[in-house]
Amino acid sequence: MIRVLLPQHLRTLAGIADEVKLAVAGSVTQRTVLDALEAQYPMLRGTIRDHVTQQRRPMVRFFACEQDVSHTSPDAPLPVAVASGVQPLLVVGAIAGG
Amino acid sequence: MSTVRVLVGTRKGAFLLTADGQREKWSIAGPYFGGWELYHLKGSPADPNRLYAAQSSSWFGQQIQRSNDGGKTWAPVGNKFVYDGVPGTHQWYDGKPHPWEFKRVWHLEPSLTDPDVVYAGVEDAALFRTTDGGQSWQELPGLRGHGSGQRWQPGAGGMCLHTILQDPANPARLFIAISAAGAFRTDDGGRTWKPINRGLVSPYIPEPTAEVGHCVHRLALHPTRPNVLFMQKHWDVMRSDDAGESWHEVSGNLPSDFGFPIDVHAHEPETIYVVPIKSDSEHYPPDGKLRVYRSRTGGNEWEALTKGLPQRDCYVNVLRDAMAVDGLDSCGIYFGTTGGQVYASADAGDTWAPIVRDLPAVLSVEVQTLP
Repeated sequence: MIRVLLPQHLRTLAGIADEVKLAVAGSVTQRTVLDALEAQYPMLRGTIRDHVTQQRRPMVRFFACEQDVSHTSPDAPLPVAVASGVQPLLVVGAIAGG
Repeated sequence: MSTVRVLVGTRKGAFLLTADGQREKWSIAGPYFGGWELYHLKGSPADPNRLYAAQSSSWFGQQIQRSNDGGKTWAPVGNKFVYDGVPGTHQWYDGKPHPWEFKRVWHLEPSLTDPDVVYAGVEDAALFRTTDGGQSWQELPGLRGHGSGQRWQPGAGGMCLHTILQDPANPARLFIAISAAGAFRTDDGGRTWKPINRGLVSPYIPEPTAEVGHCVHRLALHPTRPNVLFMQKHWDVMRSDDAGESWHEVSGNLPSDFGFPIDVHAHEPETIYVVPIKSDSEHYPPDGKLRVYRSRTGGNEWEALTKGLPQRDCYVNVLRDAMAVDGLDSCGIYFGTTGGQVYASADAGDTWAPIVRDLPAVLSVEVQTLP
């Protein structure tokens, strides 16, 4: 199972208490993980990536295995540790304050 | 006895304020959707337990929330707002063409007769409608496509469609307003539209009497006289007696005719309310005095309403969607401030008291009068 950790606002929106565990068939990429996430939690559509273009929203980042994978292709395989469920994929809201 | 429910949208969540018909003792519930911006909440006139809320975030975009039980519980519905066809361009701040991009919902206007039908005014300016209780949204493209859309330009707050008025006597007629494009009317249910800005004069645009380009802040009407419209413009308070075909200024003796909200007394169609703001570069009340101004003559002659409102050192703003009236007798008037206060008057504005003082900045106030 793929593990995904969402920011607090999205967990509240989707009624998720903790990590999400997703079954992803085939290659484990940002796109296939988000497809599975949005299929299970339709209210998350449009919150992480655009409804139409499927591009990541500007103030959202993807971290995996202590790396920022936000700028890699959405169709590139995620690290083996994420694909095997050892490490979660982190969906992160940009820090803002002042 | 009747009850009153005030729906408050703020920068950091929504709040529901309730009281009986005396409107003296208030219960405050919330925050709902804490940490999100709630640009607007409104209840269905056809089913007061059906509420809609526009919830948005710079991080995570737009959500629409729906309640079927008067706000006790909420659930997200559809949040996909996609412009019809090829969106085209409008003017950007530098006057160059800029593609239409959906940013957020500013205003939700439920149908007068069907709780599943809601209009949504969005930024970049367009009008959407749902007919399935918010599950799906479709643009009414005739507004952007009527011909002037490519000349619309954002105001400082963005290019937003912020006002949607329904004509109770004519279901095919809607009025809308856009900053900074102006006011528009449809007489065929939203298929075709025309600008209704004749009589507006805006010295801050290249052609002060242009067909479009005016920064209209708010429109209001009384349901028994839908051909009479009132407008708070960027500067000037205006009135139309012919459904927007022509406008004339009714600012009269106001200390400033800049401001954002305007509203009409529930039982007196010639009694209207505004909140003068010093200027477009200061955005706070003149002289540090928070004053609602009331005209009982449909404009021109205004009286300051100050009892219970701060009359020194007050530098809050009152935003365009942050004033509403209830349907009780006597009429209650409500408004919220960017300082987080929600003030209420149960006597048509003669006296005021805060319902709550320390909310996040208030973006919108709506009122439901419940049996």
